[in-house]
Parts: sequence; structure tokens; C-alpha cells
Amino acid sequence: MRKVAVIAVGYTKVSEHWNLSIRELFTEAALMALNEANIDQIDALYIGNMFSGYCQHQEHLGVLMADYIGLKSPPAVKIEAAGASGGMALREGVQAVASGLHDLVVVGGVEKMTDVLSPDITSALAMATDQEYEAFIGATFVALNAMVKRAYQHKYGVSDELIATLPVHCHEMASKNPYAQHPFKITVEQVLSSPFIAEPLRLLECSPVGDGAAVLMLCPLEKAKNFTDAPIEIAGMGAATDTIALYQRDDLTTFKATIEAAEIAYKMAHIKPDDVDVAEIHDAFSITGIISLEDLGFFEKGKAAEAVSEGQIAPGGKVAVNTFGGLKARGHPVGATGVYQAVEVVKQLRGDAGKNQVDGAEIGLTQNVGGVGGTVTVHIFRRLG
Amino acid sequence: MTKEAGIIGYGAYIPIYRIKAQEIARMWGNNNGHVPIMEKAVAGIDEDLVTIAVEAAKYAIRRAKIDPREIGAVYVGTESKPYAVKPSGTIVAEAIGATPLVVTADFEFACKAGTEAFHACMDHVLAGRMKYAMAIGADTAQGRPGDQLEYTAASGGAAFIFTKKSDKTLAYCEGAVSFVTDTPDFWRRAHEHYPMHAERFTGKPAYFHHIVSSVKTLMETTGLRPSDFKYAVFHQPNAKFPVKVAKMLGFTLDQIKPGLLSPEIGNCYAGSSLVGFAATLDVANPDDRILLASYGSGAGSDAFSFVVQDTILEKRNPIPSVRSLISERKYIDYSMYVKFRGKIRA
Repeated sequence: MRKVAVIAVGYTKVSEHWNLSIRELFTEAALMALNEANIDQIDALYIGNMFSGYCQHQEHLGVLMADYIGLKSPPAVKIEAAGASGGMALREGVQAVASGLHDLVVVGGVEKMTDVLSPDITSALAMATDQEYEAFIGATFVALNAMVKRAYQHKYGVSDELIATLPVHCHEMASKNPYAQHPFKITVEQVLSSPFIAEPLRLLECSPVGDGAAVLMLCPLEKAKNFTDAPIEIAGMGAATDTIALYQRDDLTTFKATIEAAEIAYKMAHIKPDDVDVAEIHDAFSITGIISLEDLGFFEKGKAAEAVSEGQIAPGGKVAVNTFGGLKARGHPVGATGVYQAVEVVKQLRGDAGKNQVDGAEIGLTQNVGGVGGTVTVHIFRRLG
Repeated sequence: MTKEAGIIGYGAYIPIYRIKAQEIARMWGNNNGHVPIMEKAVAGIDEDLVTIAVEAAKYAIRRAKIDPREIGAVYVGTESKPYAVKPSGTIVAEAIGATPLVVTADFEFACKAGTEAFHACMDHVLAGRMKYAMAIGADTAQGRPGDQLEYTAASGGAAFIFTKKSDKTLAYCEGAVSFVTDTPDFWRRAHEHYPMHAERFTGKPAYFHHIVSSVKTLMETTGLRPSDFKYAVFHQPNAKFPVKVAKMLGFTLDQIKPGLLSPEIGNCYAGSSLVGFAATLDVANPDDRILLASYGSGAGSDAFSFVVQDTILEKRNPIPSVRSLISERKYIDYSMYVKFRGKIRA
């Protein structure tokens, strides 16, 4: 297998882009990356997206985007794995380059959520769960994650106050991120006084609805210097699945797919969790982030929230996490999120992270979750010496 | 010949009944006590758009001290027509004694239907077509039970009589703008009882974009600045939006205070900015300049600059002020509210 590098990135601000259609969003991000790499033709296009079929009545995103960007007939396909669509699209892109099949690959993610009203978004998000055996009882996506939080607090006795420190941290990071959807600070008190969406999950523990697109340009590591002075190697990747439905799990307080995907990725990159300098993790809900911090091996089970409250995931702490705000505050345009995470880790490793730069960051990790831990991708990125 | 139209009389009407937003929240569960206003005005069981419009129109005629037979146009801006087909304007015109030599029509442009009628009335009188023309904005707005709109959808209205500017008019218009785009943020289809809204889309690209655009255009065409205005009145769908748009445009809280009524009466739709304008005229003094900016979903905003004249001082009594109408109130609970508003259907 060939080694693979990221040579350029592109993204839009995450926002309620009332005036941009799904194709315009993606095109804006794609042209930013193509311009950065000074490339006007590619070999293949992979697009992470969860519910364009539901929200725009538009499938066939591969050709739609290739056509609109003005690319000349590349193979182009949409990759769907719920919230992990972006991470899975990246995986497909890396495989294509590593295998030798393609040299220049664009991996993107896009989601346009504000074309529909909130009842439709609720239905669309629930498509990530098991419709036949789980969603049919009326469980929303938030409700299932609320069950996870309840089970976690029951098992480990972790308080709401401690768990609330994760969204507070993410907003602190986003307050210095010009493309974040919610670039403002919040307090634990604000989190705890915000309304319940599904008890015990409150509004300020849930990622917002927003639109966005993010893009990575990949090529073989050996050719990367032709396009950039600062290529970032994709040093490891893992992906795994679990049962789609929660009722089949032995334990709701851990995502087995995260543990397995991370193990594969760490092994491939020849690193341990302690080697990671920056990580973008999937905090779709406060509890998803807390559990992920533990399953990735950064903190012991039941201890992540306390670590967050102690500043251990802030820049300068044990591992700098969600330095652009994470899903909670950068925003969570679902199918684009896994690619945003990769863009952000690349920016950190390039030393291009602005006010949130983590000094000397060499190794970065992204963890992208689909459903309630049904699919998880983990990617590890490395700055070249 | 004057090129300016003036207002010779105005009147407002707010039904006596109020329901507290917390009472609605009690019914449906609420966001930890976060409600968009304090209370809203509710039309009684024998009140509808027409009774509200007639009350406001009668006050306007009394204030104008004119013969209603000289009113050449009666336009009713509303989305609460008692009849789908049959004008409300004919009932109002008949009730105030303006029939039969009169033009009447019902104007529909969501919450800016009333100010839409301002444009027509001012053009009528300036064209010399008629001596007086009356524009009314009034509604008995309905929100779907349990929907966010139920907190704010209220009843009330105001009427304004236009004529050519003279020493008898109490304020004249020195600039008018209508800014319209096709922006579907709120609508009610035929045969449907309650309107639909596009949630947060009703904010930035709808309310804020259109009001900011109309007011900025008015400022550009007149050369005026926010500091040239003593008062400003914006459409008031809740307590927050008018304060925010005022800030965005460079107006202060003091400038909008007399006309900011939504916390106490809710959003009476086509009557919203007009009742606020009436309340502002109640306290304004000669030479004060007032900005009026409506917003109608669908979407558009009318912006006007009015200059108050000396006659205002003679026009105050004995017509009840908007403030006194607001202070006359009887509280009802949710069950009485659903009865009054026809929400119980057999």
C-alpha cells in the first residue's frame, strides 16, 4: 500500500446558509481546496452525506457535484454512514490512493439541513437508528442518546455539572474559530439551566442544526511535495461497526466500535493514545464526547468528565480536544462533520490553526461516529519531520 | 400644491382580555419559564377583525373631527378576514358612515397589510382623487395550540386617516419605501385554520433582512440618520426582534420605548407596528420625527418617516390613549381563551 497525504483543505463556515443550496455549499469548499493545491482535474470524488435524499430530494450527489464544480468526468460517489459519512468518505478516498488506483482524490462532506423544518430533521436524524426495531417506538435520535447518558450516570455516578464542562470547553474553543456556527462562550450554569431536549440531555448539550461543507485533497505521499510544502500524512485508520440498535448492546456506556476502530488505527500508525497531541472527537451530544474520550484511551472509564473539568483537554493539557469547537460549537452538518474534523487536525499539524494553535502538534486524531456508536471511523494524521 | 400627505386622525383598539404567556406555557410545558412576551391581548367571544377595525376607525374619525362621508377610501389590512370571500372593508365603511361613495378593499400582506394601505391612501389624497382616505391594520391572529406562535398571536388594530398635509394634519410623511422579495417564511394555505412558519428562517433572512433593507433605503433617499429621529417603531412579533433590529440599525432603546408594546399585548399582526405608531403619536410633540417600519411575511417591509405637527397637541383628548387601552384588562385562563378563540370544534 502507498502512503497517503493530505495536500489541501477547503471548508465553508458552518451556519444557517439560507442563501446557499447543497451544491453551492460543496462547490465553495471544493474550489477552496482545488485552488490551494492549484489543481483543476482530479481522479475521483468521494462525498460524505447523510440525508440529501430526505432534505433536498436529491441523490446522485457524486455527479451533481463533479458537474457543478466543472470536473472532467471523474468517478464520483456519495458515501453514507449516518454521522460517520464524512469519516467513511475519507476512508474510501485513502483506500483509493493507497491501493494505487488513483493519484488525486477529493474527499468531501456536505449537509444542508436548513431546507426543512425541525420535525423533518428529527425524522432524518432518526434514520441513523434501527427503524424497524427501535425508531418505530417513537424514539428520536436525541432520546436514544439521552438513554446512554442516563445509563452512564447510573453506572459511574458522574454529575450533570461535570458532563456540562465538555460543551463549555467546546464553546471556549469555538469562540476563537472564525468558521464556527456558535462562536461564543457558555457557562456550566447556562448548560444546566437550558431546557431539556430529551431528559437528561439539555439543549446546550446537543450539537446544533446547521449547513456546511468540507473538503480534503489527497495524493500519494511521495508526490505530495509537488503540491504543497506541508503535506500531512494519514498514518493510520480504522473503522468498525457495532449493533445498530441499542437494545442488543451489552453495555450502553461504551462504544465498542470506537475501541476497535481506534485499536486498528493506533496499530497502523505505531502510536499509543498518549502520543496524540490533538484530537477531534464526535461530541454530537455531551455524553457522546465523554464516552469517546474514554473509548479512545485518553482517560479511564468514568473519569473523562472530571478530566475535562480539570482542563486536561484544553491546549496545553494531556491532549488538546475539539480545538475548533467540536460538533457542539463548530457545528454538526452531519455528513460533513468527519471531514471538518480532518480539516481541523490538518490545520493544527500544519501550524495553521490561528488562535487555537496547539504548539508543536505532531500527531492528530479524528473520531467520527454514525448513529449511537453503530459506525465509528478513526483516522490518525502525522506531521512530516 | 403640497407634495406631502398627512395624518388628520388616528385611533387604536385593543381588546380588554389578556392571557399570560406563563398560562400558555403551563398548558404545554415550557422552556424553563422562557416565554417570548409577558401577556397578549385576546379578542372576546363577540369580537372579530371587523369589530376591532370599527372601534379603531371610530376613534380616528373623532380625533380627525371630519365628516365620515368625505372619506373616499376604507382599506382594511388583515389576515383575519371573517369571510374568505366578502370584503371586511364594506362592513367597516358602513359602520363608520363612509358608504356608499367610497372605495373599499381588504389588503393582505401578512403583518404589513396595514402599512401597505398607507401607500395607497397617501397616493389617493395626493392625486386629488379624494379628500380623506383611511388605512386600517388589524388582526385577531391565531397560533396553532402548542406552537411557539400561540404565545404571541394577539388581537388589536389601529386606523389612520390621511389627507393632504395642512395645518390641520397632526403629522406628515416625508419619505416612504416598500422593500419586497419573495421569501416564504410564514403562510397559511386556503382552508387551513392556522398558519405555518419556517422556524428560524423567519428571523435573519426574513424579518431582519427586510426591515434593515427598507430602513436603510429610506435613510439613503431622505438623507436622514437614526439620530434625526425622536422615536422609532418596528414590527413586533415578540419582545426580542424589535429591540435587536433597532440596535442593528443604530436606534436606542429610548427611541423605541413608547411604541414597543409586544411584551404587554403580543403581536397583533397587521395591527402590530400600527398600534405601536399610535402609542408613539400619543406622546410625541411637534417637530418630533418618527420612523415606522413594518414587516410582512412573504416578505416585505414598509418604512416611513413622519414629522409631527403642532396640531398633535389639540388631538389628544378625549380619545383614549393606547396606554389607557392597554391598562384596561381582564385576565382569562387557557380554557376561556380556547373558548373565545374558537379552538374547540365539534
